[in-house]
Amino acid sequence: MSETTVSAPVSPGRAKFLRFLVRDAGVLLALVLITLFFSATAPYFATSGNALKIFVQIAINTVLAAGMTFVILTGGIDLSVGSVLALCTVVGATVMINESLSPAVAISLALLACMATGAMCGFLNGWISTRWKIPSFIVTLGMLNMAAGAARVVSDNSTITGLPQSFVDFGNLIIGGFLPSIFLIAVLVIAAGWFVLRFTVFGRMIFAVGTNDEAVRLSGHNPDFYKVAAFTISGLTAGIAAMVYLLRLNIGSPIAGVGYELNAIAAVIIGGTSLSGGKGSIIGTLVGACILQVLSTGLQLLGVGDNFKPIVIGLVIVLAVILDAYRERLLRKIR
Amino acid sequence: MDAILSLEGVGKIFPGAVALSDVSLGIARGETHIILGENGAGKSTLIKLLAGIYQPDSGTIAFNGQPYQPKTPHDAQQSGIRIVHQELNLLPYLSIAENLMLESLPRRAFGIVDRKALNSRAVALLQEVGLDIDPRTRVEALGVAQMQLVEIAKALSYDSKLLVLDEPTATLTPPEIERLFSIIKRLKARGVTIIYISHRLHEVFEIGNRVTVLRNGRLVATRDLEGLGVPDLVRMMIGRDIADEYGFDARVVPGKVALRVANLKRDASTPEISFAVRHGEILGVAGLVGSGRTEAMRALFGADPKLDGVVEIGGKPVAIAAPKDAVRHGLSLLTEDRKGQGLLLDMAVDRNITITDLGKVSRNGLLNRRAEAAAANDLVGQLRVKASSIEQAVRNLSGGNQQKVVLAKWLFRGTSTLILDEPTRGVDIGARREIYQLLWMLAAQQKGIIMVSSDLPELMGMCHRIIVFSKNRIVGEVPRSEFDQERILSLAYQEYVRP
Repeated sequence: MSETTVSAPVSPGRAKFLRFLVRDAGVLLALVLITLFFSATAPYFATSGNALKIFVQIAINTVLAAGMTFVILTGGIDLSVGSVLALCTVVGATVMINESLSPAVAISLALLACMATGAMCGFLNGWISTRWKIPSFIVTLGMLNMAAGAARVVSDNSTITGLPQSFVDFGNLIIGGFLPSIFLIAVLVIAAGWFVLRFTVFGRMIFAVGTNDEAVRLSGHNPDFYKVAAFTISGLTAGIAAMVYLLRLNIGSPIAGVGYELNAIAAVIIGGTSLSGGKGSIIGTLVGACILQVLSTGLQLLGVGDNFKPIVIGLVIVLAVILDAYRERLLRKIR
Repeated sequence: MDAILSLEGVGKIFPGAVALSDVSLGIARGETHIILGENGAGKSTLIKLLAGIYQPDSGTIAFNGQPYQPKTPHDAQQSGIRIVHQELNLLPYLSIAENLMLESLPRRAFGIVDRKALNSRAVALLQEVGLDIDPRTRVEALGVAQMQLVEIAKALSYDSKLLVLDEPTATLTPPEIERLFSIIKRLKARGVTIIYISHRLHEVFEIGNRVTVLRNGRLVATRDLEGLGVPDLVRMMIGRDIADEYGFDARVVPGKVALRVANLKRDASTPEISFAVRHGEILGVAGLVGSGRTEAMRALFGADPKLDGVVEIGGKPVAIAAPKDAVRHGLSLLTEDRKGQGLLLDMAVDRNITITDLGKVSRNGLLNRRAEAAAANDLVGQLRVKASSIEQAVRNLSGGNQQKVVLAKWLFRGTSTLILDEPTRGVDIGARREIYQLLWMLAAQQKGIIMVSSDLPELMGMCHRIIVFSKNRIVGEVPRSEFDQERILSLAYQEYVRP
């Protein structure tokens, strides 16, 4: 036994289980407890109608937070996703209401346009911050303003309505009576992210870059490539989230998405991803998004006013970060 | 002797290493006391104990006859001990005057800074160190030598009884050193006691009264400087015999040139360097810390930019603009800063090993976890890395095992020439021997090995040839048959003692 800090030797199998318990199960347990609490105390909370409502409401934030997870894992932050979403909704809606196209073509083109616009904004974020070594906080703050402005220009400062009926219908679809279509999209995005982070070389590099980008560089890689890619993914998911927004609200709006970036960051952090990069999980992000919405809905049903709700949610976010510090210490002992 | 500071049996232990052991030392009031030692001899630990940054694990320190137990740097300052650290601690965007009196800015009513008093006091302090400069100048506009003097002036502003200067001349030019020495002499005449840490042997005779030599955390001797010469100091500093822990393998014979560096120039102010290493050769690189050894290796590897120069691998010139180019051509760099630049500390052993070539354990971008674990287990076994499993985070391994993981990651990649920068720093004796053995195995496989080290006996035990850096220049090359500690050391000092 080398001089590790482990006092009692932990077998690999048990260590794996303990790690799961501390890293992922902790947030999941919190979600279960919060849900049980509101089920017992808040009227109408434990109804299928309310559950459906929560699923519908978390879809947008979950998609945004999935991309945000990549960025935060590399040690960056993306403040622009809210207004990039707004830009994408007006771009997507503009394409979709083009009457010279059949609905199927219009919808497909709108999806492509949303994803391309988002990915382009994300790429610019990443490229500018790595090329000139500027903190992503600043670059994406700039993009927040630019994308918001661009959304107004593209939409001529007005709300775009009149989306194809088939599109609107799909947005309202509840598959099998329990699975809203837009929640399914969110889950698919999370699943894709999970697969990439867990099973691909690219995912491994995202973690490595966030852990120590200089060591990655000296090992013969170009860490900037992975950072730019993470921002591009975040932009891409903002584009997908814009489509989800169109499915849910049926309007393209230049003032959509205000403050969404903060909810996405909150979901990622509550989900256990470390702001300093290199550690975290996208499943945690999904759970984090659930916790935020369950809290919000539950507090509302309990009759806690709109004034107090943000106070409670803010406290939970801070609490999550404090717990994260403890979790790190625990994890270090286990490994 | 009227001792202003006395240490009795002082020791300091870090996890896995004894930094200072049973040091007893008396500093006489009013003397200038030189402390010498190689890198890692315990000089910095000693200073940090005095500065209140570390607390001793054993022994006692008395200052002015009172027990001295500073818990923080602030305590040390309050007691009248001032330390000018090697890394300067000035705030670049504040003025000289503000820096000088930061801890007690002269104030008027309502806590408003009294600028007039501030600047006039600053002028007086600057005069004491012979700096004729407007105290309102921002510190960032000063040169290193001037900053050094500002630090000393700052130390004086607190009526210090004991001034500790940690390698103050490391970055100074000869005229600046002269100026510093005249100020030191003036302070001494005023009765200030000075502890002066250096590794420049020639300069200490000019200002010192007595000298204490540390080696491997122990005190070798305290002597009057009068009557001693540089060779005496060298002998005291190095002292030990070269036991054969290195296992020099005479069967390993260097072959063709593996890597040649010609006219490598880092920037406009550094000289060109050229050297070559052969297949199956261990080439030693000696020189003081800061002599440009590490910088040259990093520039060669593409880790830092370089201005000019040719790198040839296997006789063909190759373009190296970034580490990825170097790695592609079969170069590997084991960095001096293992934790900061070599390892993904919070990631598992296997992930640290495979990071150099994930293509080997993946197909179409998908990781093959089983192949990865097999490859990692293989290398962990081969290098005898002691870890509870390949899933253990590297952070929790000992220094020696961490270093083996860094070696493993380059072996995983497959390498033709290895550059090792301080490969045994912070590594315990046992693991050190295993690393030496491993290097001989690699040399026997006809890899080229460049070994940068501050441990001269280690270089002399391991290398076929040693090149010596002094002030960014390669000042000499010594073949194994002519290895001689004093010769190599005097080469290392050559450019620094030149008038």
